Amino acid sequence: MIGQISLGIWMTAVVLASFLYIPAIPGFGATGETARIIVYHVPAAWIAVLAYLLATVNSVSYLLKGEAKLDRQAQVNAELGTLFCLLAAVTGAIWSRAAWGLYWNWDPRQTSIAVLLMIYAAYFVLRGAIADSDRRARLSAVYAILAFLTVPFLVFIVPRAFPSLHPDLGGIERVRVMSPQVLVVFLSSLVGFTGLYVWMYNIQMRCLSLLSKRVPVRGVRYE
Amino acid sequence: MGIKRFPWLSRALAVLRKDLQLEFRTRYAYSALVMFALTTLSTISFSLGGSMADTDVAAALLWMILFFSAMTGLARTFIQEEEAGTVLALKMAADPEPVFLGKYLFNTVLLFSLTVLIVPLYLLMSNLSVANVRGFLATVLLGVLGLAGAGTILAAIAARAAAKGSVMTVLSFPILLPLLISAISATSTAFAGGLPESMMTDLGLLFFYNGIVLAASFLLFEYVWNE
Repeated sequence: MIGQISLGIWMTAVVLASFLYIPAIPGFGATGETARIIVYHVPAAWIAVLAYLLATVNSVSYLLKGEAKLDRQAQVNAELGTLFCLLAAVTGAIWSRAAWGLYWNWDPRQTSIAVLLMIYAAYFVLRGAIADSDRRARLSAVYAILAFLTVPFLVFIVPRAFPSLHPDLGGIERVRVMSPQVLVVFLSSLVGFTGLYVWMYNIQMRCLSLLSKRVPVRGVRYE
Repeated sequence: MGIKRFPWLSRALAVLRKDLQLEFRTRYAYSALVMFALTTLSTISFSLGGSMADTDVAAALLWMILFFSAMTGLARTFIQEEEAGTVLALKMAADPEPVFLGKYLFNTVLLFSLTVLIVPLYLLMSNLSVANVRGFLATVLLGVLGLAGAGTILAAIAARAAAKGSVMTVLSFPILLPLLISAISATSTAFAGGLPESMMTDLGLLFFYNGIVLAASFLLFEYVWNE
């Protein structure tokens, strides 16, 4: 209870700070106001990739150990990852419209986020297509690992090899370049997003654990 | 014979030979592939005709034909096993890795036979002259190997899933996208005669993509194959 309330207050403070506390950053769009989206877009994107990384680790562990709980963890991580990936894509498109006039132009960065979304979608299509729970867990684990191998290509290599309009991708340099006000709000937002993720993960895992303990009824398919 | 001393390889080649013999008798997979590719090619050529002078468009269309043909044709190797009921026998006959290698080689042969037919036809129908022939051939070679590599394990996964047809394409697209991006870009450069340096980046990406996907497929196939 305390955790949820403090998370709510924290995120409210972050949202308010992003509009009232941070000054407009010159160089971003006409007035520099569009830079505020950095507080929402970047943490969402980081969390999306982190979630997928966790899902892959869970998949590897599942293939090695075979515990059903690991499969549930992979599923929850994938679900939450999809959500944050969608948020990142939408905030990115909004910013793209404000900065360059187009919502979507298949810039390498936009392509990579679209492909991450497609990977998630394919993962859930595969899960939905298999009825037997052991087989479903195994095959979706294999697919998650296979798809993960293409993510470094898209996230790191393609944007370096082909020119992109996306603002500079260097992680550490960007943090140093940020003014202290922006840095504080940005890091707080990152912490808040992570807290949000942990909270939602916790709830989903508890739900799925309870569902898995139900006594099976003939003819009814769970999950 | 020397090959008998390497049971792993001889079993893989046995699987390859079995599939090739079956295929040669019925020619079902090959004809399905070729008909699909020819239909697509004809439609494209008919509707676009002379305006394929744009090398980007031409490159993209070529790889679309190859990609969707691969989607149609590659799943056949595993679905055939399921339909004929020979899966159990194959599982008993060899370890998963030689089976994968055999199937992968078979898919490579299948795709190459398709490519050898379709690519010259495509060049003829689109009236394109390839500026950088060696680069083009290298791109097609690496691209087709990549399609076969990723396609084989995805075919195995899709064959286990319930709705066999559409699942394969949905699963394959995100995984094959880096390959398609690099291949289309390199092919476009080869058509237009652009800088070899940019093509080297693409070819490098294709090469490493192939290596990574193949290595991962070898390691993961066991989990797909064994129940």
